[in-house]
Amino acid sequence: MAVATAHQVQHHAPPQGFLRKHVFSVDHKVIGKQYYALALVAVLVGMVLSWLMRIHLVWPTAPIPGLQWLSKTGAPGGVMTPEYYLSLLTMHGTLMVFFVLTNAPFAAFGNYFLPIQIGAEDMAFPRFNMMSFWTTFLAFCILVAAFFVPDGPPLAGWTSYAPLSAVGSDAGPGEGWGQTLWGLSIFVFCIASLLGSLNFIATTLDLRTKGMTLARMPLCTWAWFITSCISLLAFAVLLPACLLLILDRVAGTSFFVPGGLVISDRLQPHSGGSPLLWQHLFWFFGHPEVYIAILPSMGIVSHILVNSMRRPLLSYRVVIYCMMAIGFLSYMVWGHHMFVSGMNPFSSLMFSFPTLVITIPATILTLIWLGSLYGSRLRIHTASLFALAFISMFVSGGVSGFFLAQPSVDIYLHATYFVVGHFHMVMGVASLFGVLAGTYFWFPKMTGRMLNETLGRIHFWFTFVGTYSIFMPFHYLGLAGNVRRYSAFVDDYLVPLIPVHRFITIAALITGAAQLVFLYNLVHSRFRGAPAPPNPWECTSLEWTMPSPPPFDNFGGKHPVVYHDPYQYGVKSSTGDFLMQDSPEQARA
Amino acid sequence: MGKVFAVIVVVIALASAVPIVTHHWFGTAIELRPPQDISTHGHAIDEQLSETMVEAGLSFLAAQLLLAFFVWKFSSRGPTAEIKTFPGGAKWLVIAALALVGTEMLALGVLGQRAWATVYFTPAKPDALQVQAQAGQFAFYFRYPGADGKFGDLHPDKIDEGNSNFFGLDPANDVDSRDDIVSGELAVPVNREIHLLMHAKDVGHSFYVRELRIQQDFVPGLDLSVHFTATQIGKYEIVCTQLCGLGHYNMKAYLNVLSQEDFDGWLKQKASEQ
Repeated sequence: MAVATAHQVQHHAPPQGFLRKHVFSVDHKVIGKQYYALALVAVLVGMVLSWLMRIHLVWPTAPIPGLQWLSKTGAPGGVMTPEYYLSLLTMHGTLMVFFVLTNAPFAAFGNYFLPIQIGAEDMAFPRFNMMSFWTTFLAFCILVAAFFVPDGPPLAGWTSYAPLSAVGSDAGPGEGWGQTLWGLSIFVFCIASLLGSLNFIATTLDLRTKGMTLARMPLCTWAWFITSCISLLAFAVLLPACLLLILDRVAGTSFFVPGGLVISDRLQPHSGGSPLLWQHLFWFFGHPEVYIAILPSMGIVSHILVNSMRRPLLSYRVVIYCMMAIGFLSYMVWGHHMFVSGMNPFSSLMFSFPTLVITIPATILTLIWLGSLYGSRLRIHTASLFALAFISMFVSGGVSGFFLAQPSVDIYLHATYFVVGHFHMVMGVASLFGVLAGTYFWFPKMTGRMLNETLGRIHFWFTFVGTYSIFMPFHYLGLAGNVRRYSAFVDDYLVPLIPVHRFITIAALITGAAQLVFLYNLVHSRFRGAPAPPNPWECTSLEWTMPSPPPFDNFGGKHPVVYHDPYQYGVKSSTGDFLMQDSPEQARA
Repeated sequence: MGKVFAVIVVVIALASAVPIVTHHWFGTAIELRPPQDISTHGHAIDEQLSETMVEAGLSFLAAQLLLAFFVWKFSSRGPTAEIKTFPGGAKWLVIAALALVGTEMLALGVLGQRAWATVYFTPAKPDALQVQAQAGQFAFYFRYPGADGKFGDLHPDKIDEGNSNFFGLDPANDVDSRDDIVSGELAVPVNREIHLLMHAKDVGHSFYVRELRIQQDFVPGLDLSVHFTATQIGKYEIVCTQLCGLGHYNMKAYLNVLSQEDFDGWLKQKASEQ
């Protein structure tokens, strides 16, 4: 196995001045924190959008104070129009999937901890790394700009199906500049993600320190590595797809628009394109994207669970193989989003089987986590509570996949709230629980301050019970055939379901408000929190060998030597029941 | 605190199961299940749905309860408690997962394939009643071929909603289109197979009738079709499930299942109105 030697390691001098230190920094730790901050801003905006949507759904005529300032035409007098609802829905989905679920568990924590956990001084290409972040930031600015264009933000959903998204403003409000900016934003985001993924892969393969074999990497490092491989292939497909979409919109091409369409009484000047082509390209990215969101959290949760259980997992290798299997299979299942799209019905079966097969590695992972809990010395703190809640949420979101993986059942459940419940639980909430677990776990390392544990637990209980209260009922509504992406429920059969929606809205408002506790904890503890010791959780991996926060060059110009696998817990050593990876000491049984 | 977590997980797991078992929202009359099936193929989908519900429900409960139990039991043991390994270790867990879940998924896959096949692998019978459905922002229109049994050609440039030419027919030059009957509702005779030819006028839409257990997208540029037999007289909502623009939530029509006599009368009346 290749091991980094001194001359291979990237050196760069400590930065001087505020801009180089905190803004245009090449330090992976600063970039990691920048990604985290961006994700935090995106998640807050996304959450507020979801509040607005939920309020509108159940109190459609109630004016929302201040909303008219955001958009005079979209919410005259504070009451949003149907098109503005769809715009908020589109922006919510796009912000959450791209700027939160891709950025937070993968880019933010990955950037900060992957180099440290393998004993490197920085990423393989620090300038590329800085460029990845600022390109992502540019993509974010472009997307936010779409809020303020005259004909309104895009409304075709985060999936932006053509031809609605491809024919321009004839298709209605939000389909003018807003949609073009959406395409441009995602295009730019893809470039950033490709740069980031390459950097992660190169760093993992080339910059591991002496003794850090692949089989000694912590599970979160493995997860970031596998995710970057998935991400490299997935964004490489979305990038040209977005380019083609933009060309259809501004250059008169017809990649996704067939001939003979009459929109707003106008025969469209297109011919020969295929709307299904967009769906195939989008979902070829879209399904792996689900795993780009969840795999890093699986890694983070595994890492934190092992530490909290004070024992190694039942099998380290099986976890890695499962994550690899999930990553590999994620490329064979995109068609399960398209069972009722008019795709050849025989292909539906071909897509259904690998989708069902993904259940196997997912179940094995869950059983390994559960089986490892058995006979452990589980320590309960906010980080481990979120990690345990991840397992619960992953199971809940996962089992609804049994339904949607089958084309026959999907005929009834497709495009209902069942689907919304499913993906919010498994890729949204579960993944965010991983991020929150990671935050409570690594905040001391990143800032040198402990987070307040009491506030952490308050945050946990509200979030855990709250997210279940929001997303479980989505499944029931789906079983009743409640269609998603409706700005109001006017159909005869939907009106009786509105009380359930009201319950969900109230749960969402309370759960959202509880996030303010988290926010307060972050800000307050950053400045006033108790000082963090180097290794508060008695963890074994390399980031805990250095002071909190780590110095600029991580290991002080030295190259750590690794002697152990990452999870030497439940042993007897001079430090207690664990052995650091870089400790030459041999554990006693 | 670990014990609190365990209790909450158990409460969540059991509470989550209540609406699934009772089919109602906690003690109210709000029904949370698919409505009565009125198609000849729907029972296969319903059986598959129930089967999956049992398997998913059991997996869900088993995993949540196990999680709660282990956290309850092992979260307050103190730093010196003996560390034990799950009997059999990872090997047996992997084997169990492969065997149990593998069989479960294979069963669902194979059975599900049969249900899917009843909908999509059998073509419509030649004597099925052909109806064309057109979806456009934000309305459905339905066209019956009239006495000659032939649909007139579509001319997108002739679409003129102001003059009720929703499909773009050209009766002046096209004989086949002169007796075509266009309607805003989908009236069908009961117990007769309907072959619905789907045409999208502008962007993507979808045809969803819960009671029929049918959902199929309208894809611009693609000639798609579905076929079904409605077995119960009544009026049912057809809704759009593919995001199509600002009026998406309000894009609906009715499926009106009539007796054969009533249907004949309806058709005659519509023909006289054209």
